[in-house]
Amino acid sequence: MTALPILMPGTPAPDFRLRATPDQWIELSDLGGAPAILAFYPADWSPVCGDQMALYNEVLPIFRQHGAQLVGISVDGAWSHAAFAAARNLHFPLLADFEPKGAVANAYGCYHTAEGTSGRALFVIDGNGIIQWSHLSPDGVNPGANGILDALESLKARTV
Amino acid sequence: MSQLRPEVSADDHSVGPVDAPITLVEFGDYECPHCGRAYPVVKQLQATLGDSLRFVFRNFPLSEIHPHASAAAQAAEAAGESGSDPFWAMHDLLYEHQRHLDTHSLLRYAETAGADPVAVQHALDAGSYVERVNTDFMSGVRSGVNGTPTFFINGVRYNGDWSDVETFLADLTAARTSP
Repeated sequence: MTALPILMPGTPAPDFRLRATPDQWIELSDLGGAPAILAFYPADWSPVCGDQMALYNEVLPIFRQHGAQLVGISVDGAWSHAAFAAARNLHFPLLADFEPKGAVANAYGCYHTAEGTSGRALFVIDGNGIIQWSHLSPDGVNPGANGILDALESLKARTV
Repeated sequence: MSQLRPEVSADDHSVGPVDAPITLVEFGDYECPHCGRAYPVVKQLQATLGDSLRFVFRNFPLSEIHPHASAAAQAAEAAGESGSDPFWAMHDLLYEHQRHLDTHSLLRYAETAGADPVAVQHALDAGSYVERVNTDFMSGVRSGVNGTPTFFINGVRYNGDWSDVETFLADLTAARTSP
């Protein structure tokens, strides 16, 4: 599998409008001019308890201390996301990149056409809508949260 | 490559010689079934490697999915107030009884571990070890812990298969620092 051509720092973040729940939509601009963290992941219901979304759920208070908003994005539908979020007690939105399938992942350069899922790509976007940090992990490797925290800290250092 | 930060220090709970050629750090959650599976693996590594291994445990409770994990971690820390032996005895009891981590059970384990259950109860009520557990958790986040258990061998995150003793042992031996 060749590496995906994910968008690099300095690139304007493509806008999107995706379902967060069966009756609610979220746009990039809704994330409020503060740093936004986009965490693309392959699928809901991965069979480990310490999975990527569960980890970010635990680290959420720290992301919020940086004023950052986190969203998870996969090609799963809104009903799958709703059940997954309830089962894992997630406190951040999961967006459904469902129709047209994977369009947002594709715009960010992290859609695996052969798999029909998004790669594990992370983006930190500043308040002006510019990507400040991006990272792609192999599908089987949960990237953890340290890269995101480093990016948020360097963003803060630059704006102070 | 993810590096352990901060490095192992005297503040950590550890077994084995301080200058052992292999230091293995586990970030664990007492309610996590995968950590429960790793527990006998670590015991076997300790038995095989003897004084060549220093084992360190840091707390990484995933509280949102494991409702008893944080209290269990705090109870182990509180038991550690009575000494290193009660801490490790408590650590073992928690992993051996992962399905029974209610407060009553935690206090019973504390007593069995040789700690003062009344002091442990007070520490749980007062949240005396919340910060300590959180410090461990944040060190895990900053070190690139991405689930539980996550191991570090001589400061480097281990991405191999910890569930297979032979593989784990071979990788530990390969990481041994030269004397």
